[in-house]
Amino acid sequence: MNGLLKFITCGSVDDGKSTLIGHMLYDAKLIFTDQEESLVLDSKVGSRGGEIDYSLLLDGLMAEREQGITIDVAYRYFTTDKRSFIVADTPGHEEYTRNMAVGASFAELAVILVDASQGMLTQTRRHTRICSLMGIKHFVFAVNKMDLIDFDEKRFKKIKKTIKILLAEFDYESAEVIPVSATDGDNITSLSDRTPWYKGKSLLSYLETVDVQKSDNENGFTMPVQRVCRPDHTFRGFQGQIETGEISVGDEVVTLPSNEKAKVKSIIDAGKNVDFSEKGHAVTLQLDKEVDVSRGCVLVKDAKPEISSLFTAKILWMDDTKLVAGKNYMLKIGTKSIPAVVMKIKYKIGVNDGSELTANEIFKNEIAVCDISTSEKIVFDKFETNQALGSFILIDRISHMTSACGVVEHALRRSDNLTWHDMDISRDQRAAQKNQTPKTIWFTGLSGSGKSTIANEIEKRLFTEGYHTMTLDGDNVRLGLNKNLGFTESDRIENIRRVAEVSKLMNDAGLIVITSFVSPYRRDRVRAKEIIGYDNYIEVYVSTPLSECEKRDVKGLYKKARSGKIPNFTGISSPYEPPKKAHIVVDTSNLTIEEAADKVYDKIKTLL
Amino acid sequence: MGNMTHLDELEAEAIYIMREVVAQCEKPVMLYSIGKDSSVMLHLALKAFYPEKPPFPFLHVNTTWKFHEMIEFRDKIAEKYGIEMLEYINEEGVKQGINPFDHGSAYTDIMKTKALKQALDKYGFTAAFGGGRRDEEKSRAKERIFSFRNSEHAWDPKNQRPEMWKLFNAEINKGESVRVFPISNWTEKDIWQYIKRENIEIVPLYFADVRPCIERDGNIIMVDDDRLKLRDGEKIEYKKIRFRTLGCYPLTGGIESDAQTLDEIIAETLSAVSSERTSRVIDSDGGSASMEKRKREGYF
Repeated sequence: MNGLLKFITCGSVDDGKSTLIGHMLYDAKLIFTDQEESLVLDSKVGSRGGEIDYSLLLDGLMAEREQGITIDVAYRYFTTDKRSFIVADTPGHEEYTRNMAVGASFAELAVILVDASQGMLTQTRRHTRICSLMGIKHFVFAVNKMDLIDFDEKRFKKIKKTIKILLAEFDYESAEVIPVSATDGDNITSLSDRTPWYKGKSLLSYLETVDVQKSDNENGFTMPVQRVCRPDHTFRGFQGQIETGEISVGDEVVTLPSNEKAKVKSIIDAGKNVDFSEKGHAVTLQLDKEVDVSRGCVLVKDAKPEISSLFTAKILWMDDTKLVAGKNYMLKIGTKSIPAVVMKIKYKIGVNDGSELTANEIFKNEIAVCDISTSEKIVFDKFETNQALGSFILIDRISHMTSACGVVEHALRRSDNLTWHDMDISRDQRAAQKNQTPKTIWFTGLSGSGKSTIANEIEKRLFTEGYHTMTLDGDNVRLGLNKNLGFTESDRIENIRRVAEVSKLMNDAGLIVITSFVSPYRRDRVRAKEIIGYDNYIEVYVSTPLSECEKRDVKGLYKKARSGKIPNFTGISSPYEPPKKAHIVVDTSNLTIEEAADKVYDKIKTLL
Repeated sequence: MGNMTHLDELEAEAIYIMREVVAQCEKPVMLYSIGKDSSVMLHLALKAFYPEKPPFPFLHVNTTWKFHEMIEFRDKIAEKYGIEMLEYINEEGVKQGINPFDHGSAYTDIMKTKALKQALDKYGFTAAFGGGRRDEEKSRAKERIFSFRNSEHAWDPKNQRPEMWKLFNAEINKGESVRVFPISNWTEKDIWQYIKRENIEIVPLYFADVRPCIERDGNIIMVDDDRLKLRDGEKIEYKKIRFRTLGCYPLTGGIESDAQTLDEIIAETLSAVSSERTSRVIDSDGGSASMEKRKREGYF
């Protein structure tokens, strides 16, 4: 037995991946009879008109069977006399590339299908690139549909040459090219007499014998801590899986990032006390003294991972929402989860030839190299050196989608990295960091119309939902910034101008601003809109009629104005010019605060 | 992986996954179905957290139609290991007299799927461990280890979160939950070999013995109590049978077998000509996509 082999099949859509694996399982008698019956039955109702469609063995989802394509990665388990296998059959459609990457992250070897009649397609190249990115070092290229090109050796050799050229870009340990026909079964489990010129092994026999043992590169001991086990006050153990190296009772370990030294007092390996353990084992380590260690810390011996908050990484973007530099994500690396920002997109990688292309945004299924900054120093390593400490995912903080996966290329020091100092942080980046679109919500209306009450309620709701907000109203502006202004027409104009300028600054800072001012003159509001920006300004007209406002007269201002004690009072001794095209109009005469706020809030949510 | 065997690797992977859940999820629970996979899961949980007890309760959704030996076994195990074993029964369904004979697939829906959802909601569990394996069935073969469920407990197979390396994304919003399958990569053979290696206790129904049974619709059904009404032409026979999977006795087909030891079971499994789920009557009800349909609706 050669031990377990985890491999994937990938390649472009319709290259016959599922058929290849299905046929291999079928020929090697590795499927149970009920599956075989179901296969024959499914084929009859399927699209191949009664002939056995081997792909149905793997395409397990209803949508996949209906559309005749693979959407998500399927895992199959089989054992021959020589070896046990887990195969991940992955989708070929570009849209489902991320599911292909899921399979690749799990595999030691990739079987990449190439359609002999079409040669190397963009998607074949993309898949090879992703396999390499995810850490695969062993490749088999199955040149499929050889029956369609009459098993022509020349054309096979031509394809083989393009494969070798592509492979030259990557760091790999083994690569084999095999001519096959997945539907007819040539060179799948036994050599075909239709390819007498082919001197290699059949696909299955190659897979049974290929050696994928990692060449041990003398790693020290590393164990990321998953959790602290504390059943009672006498026991405190650190639980995790040993990622590299070995450990014995009595060894001295260093805790990172706290950098303390302690000796291993006991090792529990899957429930049993042992004196020694090594790579791959899930253990609990007890140390001989109290150390500052919790989940996300790393215990090491003779290993020196990086401790930094800045690194360069190669990522695969998987989210429908594009990547913009400056946006804040949750980064998970090893067992550590920490807020992180993609500081700079250095370049994206051309799918076909690996060229470096300048880019400000990265879209779904694109590969890019970026600089990433974490909110605190973390322990990590190059992916090449330590897969567990060098691979990470980025999680969207609102949708919780796994937006990207990536591998660490190298650490950066603040001193040798000038990007941060040179970078002008833009309005978009500040907004992206807060996961929101900054807007100014401008409430206008008569005194007593209910502006401030609704504005206050709206801010509370936005705040509860996690938005970053600020309210500007008479109370916090008139007493400070605009202390020197009165109520004359020119002072009122200046008052509104200053409020608009402050709103703009706060929008630039990424905040959603809510203003509540009578702002009676149309031209002043137009000017405010010009200052704030047409796209950022949302006007809410609280249209409660004068009679109702005067009836309420909460502050007794109307009474004073009527008796002439307040000059230039809007509605009484000074005009109010209602907006012609407010985004939202609400009359509070017959509504409760909640009802009015609901109405405004629902509309605002569509505009944010 | 040094000198680790295939089983060592699977064990370490499952333990890693269980610890990740406990470290990251607010309120986990382990579904306990009393079957062999649950026995393995419990065994792994005891190992994963040792010397601490598993820091979560176990939940058995009881349809009231389980083999009586299963319930006895469950209670014995809970006491032996001092674990918290919750039982949930859909009392509404019991009141309505829902049973596997008269109600077919509605029975599974009400007493299993609905009952499970009710139980998860009742206790507010945010993560539920299940013993599902990818080799069992085609739609299971496609499921992630951390499988995200919306507030209705529904699975969206077309839009699963990517799951890379061993980096499990456990982030959820209020009301949402994850189902976690630590033994996804085990096969039936692995389960049996591990049970043998670790000397894990399992329900005696897995071993062949002479049992009262009838033949119905091509399945051998054990007569576990007098609620099973005989149809015309059916008569109780005593046959040497065992079960490859365990569930509700009227829905679980036995197989004729002489396998009375783990070695004999393993030998039988290795030479088996049909996959284990064929002995579960519910799966073939609705064609090859029936499991996916139930899973979309919240079935485990």
